[in-house]
Amino acid sequence: MEKHEKQRVVTPEYMFFEAPRTRHFITGSEAASEAVRRANLDIAIAYPITPQSETMQRVGDLFGEGFLKDYYRAEDEIGAFSAISGASRTGVRCLTASSGPGLMRGLEVIASWPGHRLPLVFLIMCRVINAPLSIQPDNLELAYMLNTGSVLFHAENQQDFFDYTLAAFIISEKCEVTLPVSVAVDGFFVTHARGWVEMPSAELKLPGRDCYNEAVPMIDNENPPIRIARDAPIQKSNFISYQMHAAWQQEIHAAQERSRRWITRYMGGLLEITNPDAETIIIASGSAVSQSREAIRQAQDMGHKIGLIKIKSLRPFPVQELRQACQHAKRIIVPEFNCTGWLNREVRATLYGHTEAEIADGPRVYGGITMPTEMILEWLLDAEKGGQ
Amino acid sequence: MALRTLNVAPGFMRFMPKEYQDLVEKGPFGRQIKVTDLGTFKEVLEEHPMCEGCAMAFFIRLSLAALPNPEHTVMVGTAGCGRLAISQAAIPFVYGNYCDTNGVATGLKRGLQIRFPDQHKDVVVMAGDGGLSDIGFSQVMHSWFRKEKFTTIMLDNEVYGNTGGQESGMTRKGEVVKMAPLGKQFEKIDMLGLAQTSGVAYIARLTPTNPSRVFSTIRKAVLIAREVGPTYVQAYTSCNIEYSIAPEKVLDDARQVEKERYGFVEIMSDEAKAYLERIDAESKA
Repeated sequence: MEKHEKQRVVTPEYMFFEAPRTRHFITGSEAASEAVRRANLDIAIAYPITPQSETMQRVGDLFGEGFLKDYYRAEDEIGAFSAISGASRTGVRCLTASSGPGLMRGLEVIASWPGHRLPLVFLIMCRVINAPLSIQPDNLELAYMLNTGSVLFHAENQQDFFDYTLAAFIISEKCEVTLPVSVAVDGFFVTHARGWVEMPSAELKLPGRDCYNEAVPMIDNENPPIRIARDAPIQKSNFISYQMHAAWQQEIHAAQERSRRWITRYMGGLLEITNPDAETIIIASGSAVSQSREAIRQAQDMGHKIGLIKIKSLRPFPVQELRQACQHAKRIIVPEFNCTGWLNREVRATLYGHTEAEIADGPRVYGGITMPTEMILEWLLDAEKGGQ
Repeated sequence: MALRTLNVAPGFMRFMPKEYQDLVEKGPFGRQIKVTDLGTFKEVLEEHPMCEGCAMAFFIRLSLAALPNPEHTVMVGTAGCGRLAISQAAIPFVYGNYCDTNGVATGLKRGLQIRFPDQHKDVVVMAGDGGLSDIGFSQVMHSWFRKEKFTTIMLDNEVYGNTGGQESGMTRKGEVVKMAPLGKQFEKIDMLGLAQTSGVAYIARLTPTNPSRVFSTIRKAVLIAREVGPTYVQAYTSCNIEYSIAPEKVLDDARQVEKERYGFVEIMSDEAKAYLERIDAESKA
């Protein structure tokens, strides 16, 4: 009997909220692969790149142990992402992953997954985009992911990486979503560092993919009507083709919108707020949230009360929630681990006309540098003083 | 499509389009079609927007009729003229991105294997020379190295036909086509040799001049891919527009090219041979 056959299928609700959990001090890569162990995954396709490799080679070990039904190392990212798209079309539960330059290499394929309505989970272990060559953590690549149509979560730590990855499979395959779900995490800071993770028993697994309860038919020759090219090339230059493509794009984004209720149900909302009544607020995602927490603790010791808004879901973006949370804010700073400040732009675009607060253009570190809490404090205190 | 899903509820059948009714009642599903049956049944491909006299359209028509189990076959294609016809056939067709045919086919085959371990589901890539020998080259080669069990059919018109006649890796040396203003500077890629080196179980080269041969070649390629390993068929399907061949002369050109440089080639591994002999013996028993 294969190992996955010995596991007991439980509802997502039981797995996420009710099953007793035990604490483990593990790396982010271990946390992700432990999520996969409980995910009832059918196939994973891997291609090595630092800092992603460790997770996907651990998933390979899970295949060796009998927890997955198929797994292989592809020729490159385009090969891996293309093949996982083929597998998803047949109705099996799918996983792939990448980092920085690998993600950029496969971007044509990634941006086509939502249009093909392919449920799958894509793990992103963020890394600098070349050049110059570097393998360090920096999440610039997420700026490119924002407009692909994929649902996109940004995990803060090892616990999030475990929880979001498990939830991602279920949300991705919901009928009204039927989209890829990407779970990003900052490389090294989370993937290679240890943190406490509470996990339900490895004897439990999620229900398998229910592929006939999704938005589009499977490519398995079991669906009538027969004359169906699911990925029809409508490329004539006429009004109907414009309309079809426009309608399809709208539907992808509508499907992304419809994922909100499932994110709320399974992940407790698209954002998380600490000190909601503070006038100075930090808005952050990923491991910048952890640095911000520590800076807030230090600021508190110095007599300042600072609010924190952790953005968990980048797509869909928590537009209404953020406007609500920032109603009484006077000052906002947005610490980020990238050069261009993509989260800052999202925040500004969302809050424009909805807040009186001054939104600082930073702080940011990039190229792999860690963000010292002193830097966040400096920006916070500057903001408190009214300048920057 | 499994045969049971082909049939609609009896009372509903009369509301289905005539095309659908014909496919159910007179189509090729669930029975073995012979080349001599052409013209006597409802084919999976009839209407298409290909150019007048197109050899590729003819070859695709023959190939689709030759599929051993069209009701359990998935076609995979990419950019190029061929998919304009293939996408209109009564067989599920996947059109993904540029270069991705053999990656997508790999995932399809493995996924179908997981879900239907007791039912052969045939996956057939059918794409052009540009799609397979240039932009999709890496995925083609790696699917062969990995011994993925599906068929790759190259529609070799020796040019990028759909984008208007640019040089491809399969264009012959010296041909003056778009993007090769001084004539192509290097030889036609030896895909047959590369297939052999990669250990492809069944390799064939042919032209559409002989429908019986197209039938038997496609059938062998699809069957061998089920059990033995990857198979590759390379067909000369001239672009009569870009190479200025009059529509009524297209088959004459194919015969000429076949005689001069594109003769029938069939290379089969011992394992593939033994497999064919076994299933032939079983079908006669």
